[in-house]
Amino acid sequence: MGSLMELSDTMAVAQARAGDPGAFRVLVERHSRNLFRLAYRMTGHQQDAEDVVQETFLRAYKQLSKFDERASFGTWLYRIASNYSLDLIRARRRRSEHYEPATEEGVPDPIQVVPDTAPTPDRLAASSEVERKVAAVLDELSEMERTAFVLRHYEGMCIDEIGRTLGVQPNAAKHSIFRAVQKLRHALEPLMSSAS
Amino acid sequence: MNHLTLEQFVLYYYGEGDGSPGVREHLDNCEACRAEYAGLQRVLNVVDGAPVPERAADYGAQVWHRLHPQLGARRRWTWPLLWPVRHWAASAAIAVLMVAAFLAGRYYPSARSGAQLASAGQVRERILLVAVGDHLERSQTVLLEVVNAHPGEPLDVAWERARAGDLVAENRLFRQTAVRTGDTRVASVLDELEPVLLEIAHGPDTLTPEEVESLRKRIEGDGILFKVRVAGSAVRHREEKTARSVVQGTS
Repeated sequence: MGSLMELSDTMAVAQARAGDPGAFRVLVERHSRNLFRLAYRMTGHQQDAEDVVQETFLRAYKQLSKFDERASFGTWLYRIASNYSLDLIRARRRRSEHYEPATEEGVPDPIQVVPDTAPTPDRLAASSEVERKVAAVLDELSEMERTAFVLRHYEGMCIDEIGRTLGVQPNAAKHSIFRAVQKLRHALEPLMSSAS
Repeated sequence: MNHLTLEQFVLYYYGEGDGSPGVREHLDNCEACRAEYAGLQRVLNVVDGAPVPERAADYGAQVWHRLHPQLGARRRWTWPLLWPVRHWAASAAIAVLMVAAFLAGRYYPSARSGAQLASAGQVRERILLVAVGDHLERSQTVLLEVVNAHPGEPLDVAWERARAGDLVAENRLFRQTAVRTGDTRVASVLDELEPVLLEIAHGPDTLTPEEVESLRKRIEGDGILFKVRVAGSAVRHREEKTARSVVQGTS
């Protein structure tokens, strides 16, 4: 396993395509944490982020033959994860339009697993007032604003790359980032002035 | 003098655009814009600190552990004439064994002590719960593929279709067991899930946009995906509770 872990992504992809599951395992182990971080930033929810990580690798495996070896495998995974996160957010919004919460006796309310716009218990426990506010504002952003902002701010992607990842013109990606920053600033600046 | 716009600040902050030298020069000479930019920097620096739950050092290995069985199923799909029968037979055999073990333990207890019986029963229950939880999770993945399809585009469901065929067989076994053991909640969810799995299993490899929309409406209209997810959470919770009881009982 030691020598496998030293494989470059390109080599690992080539070996995985040739049917070596150990090579795909290397890719999974190498990229899982980064993908989780991206997915959590995008969906704002642990369970959804876990689903995104799982589904991203399933889709990557299924489409491995379509991967262009000249591209970065990590960026390709990010693209799949971003698009699936967007799908999940859209589906979540559709679900929340359709269903009312229900509870089961003796079982923690599974609705708590389904994300909503309120701060989650994880955040409440771990965050300061400003951090909670950041999470709340991120939740209020549109899908495109949130995704574009996460990819630019946290993942350091350039605007052109974000446009390609999301399948939109760079200008649209840029304006989504502007709007996201504007909303964050509007919500956070008063808090920061009162804290200073 | 014209002040800088938010757009210029944002592009400058992220090192984007080609106006950086001009913006830098302006900031050097304009106190108002400098203060404005400092405010924006403070906000964006605070956003940097938004927490992300920590994953364990072996998180990648955990993901692989969950992923690996599913990749195996996809790989076997490369022998389309052989694997469905083989895979169905294997899945069905495992499900039958689990159900049989569960029922045997439930209805034909041996002469062991009460504590041993309770513990063995709990182990069997846990095995069944793990299997049902896994079944619900895999069903959820199939349904999600349809629900999350891009509207207006055809959808390749060849892999999901093959998987739905396996799930139908398992679904029947688990539903019958749930009915026998009086687990009406799980039985009801499995009952609603079966026709949808059948529709996918008996459909074409590629769905037209209209077929995708019709299936999506059915899944969402009946709340099936949501019910599967809720039932999955409940089953996982029961399984964890049973596992704790087993550990306490044996210690």
